[in-house]
Amino acid sequence: MVIGQQLLDGVFIGSIYALFALGYTLVFGVLDIVNLAHSAVFMLGAVFAYSLVALHGVPFGLAAPVGVVAAALLGAVIEFAALRPLRRRGAPPIAPLVSTIGLALIAVALIEQARGTGPLSWLWRDGANSVSFPAGTVPQTTYHLAGLILPLPKVITLLVSVGLMFALAYIVRRTQSGRAMRAVAENPGAAALLGVDVNRVILVTVMGASALAGLAGILFAVAISDVSPYIGRDEVELRGLAVIVLGGMGSIPGTILGGYALGLIEALALLAFGSNARVGIAFAALFLMLVLRPQGLLGSRLTERV
Amino acid sequence: MGFFTQLVTDPGGFYRGHELLVAQCGINAMLAVSIWFTLYSGQLALATAGFMAIGGYTSVVLAIHGHVPLPVGTLAGCVLAALAGVAIGLPVLRLRGVFLAIATIAFGEALRFGLILNLPLTGRGQGLTNLDADPTGGILPVWISVSVLGYLGWSITRTRLGHAWAAIREDELAAAAAAIHVRAHKLAAFVIGAVIAAYAGALDAHLNFFVDPTEYGFDRAVQVLVFAVLGGIGSVAGPIVGAVGLTALPEAARWASDYREVLYGVILMLVVVFRPQGLVARRRGTRPRGRAGRRPRPRSRGGPAAARTD
Repeated sequence: MVIGQQLLDGVFIGSIYALFALGYTLVFGVLDIVNLAHSAVFMLGAVFAYSLVALHGVPFGLAAPVGVVAAALLGAVIEFAALRPLRRRGAPPIAPLVSTIGLALIAVALIEQARGTGPLSWLWRDGANSVSFPAGTVPQTTYHLAGLILPLPKVITLLVSVGLMFALAYIVRRTQSGRAMRAVAENPGAAALLGVDVNRVILVTVMGASALAGLAGILFAVAISDVSPYIGRDEVELRGLAVIVLGGMGSIPGTILGGYALGLIEALALLAFGSNARVGIAFAALFLMLVLRPQGLLGSRLTERV
Repeated sequence: MGFFTQLVTDPGGFYRGHELLVAQCGINAMLAVSIWFTLYSGQLALATAGFMAIGGYTSVVLAIHGHVPLPVGTLAGCVLAALAGVAIGLPVLRLRGVFLAIATIAFGEALRFGLILNLPLTGRGQGLTNLDADPTGGILPVWISVSVLGYLGWSITRTRLGHAWAAIREDELAAAAAAIHVRAHKLAAFVIGAVIAAYAGALDAHLNFFVDPTEYGFDRAVQVLVFAVLGGIGSVAGPIVGAVGLTALPEAARWASDYREVLYGVILMLVVVFRPQGLVARRRGTRPRGRAGRRPRPRSRGGPAAARTD
């Protein structure tokens, strides 16, 4: 059952990729920009939850939601510091790339400098090192099903991500805020004329996207048992970009599909070619995909982008 | 003695104390010029790190296995990069904006993880030891090359080719309507960028005793983009200024000790907010000054439109 187990792991990591990439998709759909600070939020979400559990003794059930809220607040920082000032000045479309990279660099640098003494010691004490949640943070029950091993943290990750994906699709399709988001995505000028508070919609979008990134980071950190200043940059940043392109930029179902596709491609490439080639195969597949079907798996619709 | 004080009062001593930094500034300036060619023609291509790897690995592998002298190895790297540039450029230059950026990143990462990390010839990711390296002797060639490339970049913007690139950048449809062969011009910019990146990669490998695949990753590609955008892509001076300034910054900001990286990020954000057109740029009156909530629509949009062929 090696293949079955690998595929299962592919599905599991794929749901984290999808959750993370949904944040890219939301921001890209509404603002037409790629938010490169997104991976820093992923990392900071995990760091917040870790700090609450390991340094302050908060139970994980409380630490995780607080981490998500902190991530959403970081989203507000992204909007006010890196995005809104550029919109106000009519900066060229490439400028937000640089300002969000700047913000991500600041976040990673602050965490990797944080040690036992210093202004950030309440949040992080391990500098550039990698740590894991204390044993017993989450129950380590393991289920066995048809020869497959299913650890509880991974099962929960899977369920939570799938639930959130449905919730997000519902919010964007059916609620008033979702309609406002789609209106801004379509044409911000017209949306403003129709009484949509464009800046507010953008703020909510970036905060929501960041909450998703924070949650993805926390789930990743618990299930993989790895927290470091670099988990966002090294594990998901580039893969998230690959996922939104695989699925078709700005399409929510496409992004979800893309996340699972990338997880499975990596799992299969690992089986077939070994760990070094895994990422290479994934990117070669992405490259081919872009050349052969540039609109992505589900990106055929131009008008509906959120 | 402070960084700037020494630079002004004791240039010779400054140079001797910062030879590696001076060399790295030159290499990064060339990489920034490489990406500038594609940006100037309106393409967000992030293949610089990949082509740099082609140049670096080709010259080092030839030096190790064939004892080929550096100029020949460099030339071989450039030729290989030009061929790869045509092969990659033909299919991906139909893409625009973020799609193009990610396709070119995918090329670089597929090259790095798929080939360099697995081929015995490239050391299977363990890196290659380059015994012919000459860290200090390489500085002069590097800076002569930067000057030549800067001059070429400056004069090319005044030629028909340069005007065609600018026209494509401003409005691709209008350029095509004005009988500019959009695809050929884009490919030319892409291949020129590829050759310059490979050239810089070969010179860079010659400065170091060790070539390591981690040098050529996503971070490097993004860093080079930041050099060019921060400096300003309106003229070739922008990328050179951006690369030199940002490469020297961590050294110049030693006083900030542990918080140098933080300072780096803060400076990126401040520059891009207060000078969104880049450090070296004239303020252009044509750019719409959007108010809050009203932003100018980017020229390239996602979705199938981005995949339209010319």
